[in-house]
Amino acid sequence: MTNGPSDLTIWLVIVVLGIGTFLIRWSFLGALGNRDMPPWVLRMLRYTPVAVLPALVAPLVVWPAATGGQPDPARMAAAAVTVAVGLWSKNMIVAILAGAITLFGLLYML
Amino acid sequence: MSPIPHPGASSRQAPADAAEARPPRAMFLHGAVKSLPFLIVMIPFAVLFGVVATEAGMDIAQVMGFSVLVLAGASQFTAVQLLSDNAPVVIVILSCLAVNLRMAMYSASLVPWLRHASGGQKAWVAYALVDQSYALSIQEYEANPAMSLPQRLAFFAGVATVVCLPWMICSWIGATVGQAIPDDIALDFAMPITFLAMIAPMLRTPAHLAACFVAIAGALLLAGLPSGLGLLIAAPLGMATGAIIETRANRKAAA
Repeated sequence: MTNGPSDLTIWLVIVVLGIGTFLIRWSFLGALGNRDMPPWVLRMLRYTPVAVLPALVAPLVVWPAATGGQPDPARMAAAAVTVAVGLWSKNMIVAILAGAITLFGLLYML
Repeated sequence: MSPIPHPGASSRQAPADAAEARPPRAMFLHGAVKSLPFLIVMIPFAVLFGVVATEAGMDIAQVMGFSVLVLAGASQFTAVQLLSDNAPVVIVILSCLAVNLRMAMYSASLVPWLRHASGGQKAWVAYALVDQSYALSIQEYEANPAMSLPQRLAFFAGVATVVCLPWMICSWIGATVGQAIPDDIALDFAMPITFLAMIAPMLRTPAHLAACFVAIAGALLLAGLPSGLGLLIAAPLGMATGAIIETRANRKAAA
């Protein structure tokens, strides 16, 4: 990568993220010890992974950078297979393998 | 009367043969052994992080900075992705912290079990509090409520050692071998596939599905916004949707 962020930017992200993540993990254990979180906060927190990660990935699936942002049938199919196998098998490794085989199979054939 | 003792009563009356009687060193080993299956996922995931981060232009020190100081897989991938998109630093940091917010929930749920640990011990637990160390420990604490505090801490330390050290070592391996991987392999898609595979098994309820669907729709509709900003709007919309659907389902179940 030629026009990427500078070393300083990357280190800034690493250090701030390291401290911030530690504070999140330490929060209740260390500082907020005996207080209970309001139920609506807990309820929202329950859905963080299933909301944040798909929202992060969706644009990468539909408009992959590797094809210059053009929708790519091989990558779409690989994503669909990964999700379907993951839902069905409940097994992350099996889902990754199914997605990878689909992607490389289709890239090879198309 | 019945030759079969009541399960609840027996675990309370006979602590001598249960996990509670083991010295902390044995609990450390017990935790370490129980975490071994996680390595099947952890090792390739860590190697992949090293490879992807190196492909995005980071050097080995930066890869290790992420894996040692941040120590949170999903947010590390998120950071690398957004940084290589040239997203503004504030957005990179906020998005990654959002990915890690669930750990506040872990922290809260460990309080009843580790309340009396020293400040230093709590800091170490917080540092090593990842999905796997949380899941295994809380399971063990709830199954053996009579465990002493040193036993609980030793079990956590055993799990954390097996889960966290390989993460660091294998990121380093990935960053080292990553430079040797040819460019024409479609590695750009390794991260999306890994994340989708992680998420799909978590979509257990209609509320999870709705949260996921709204977040995806939002992210695609807002994709025109400066990089990362769409995520910061779409993700909370998805989380709120999940919470609302859950509340409705509970109300229906209660009625």
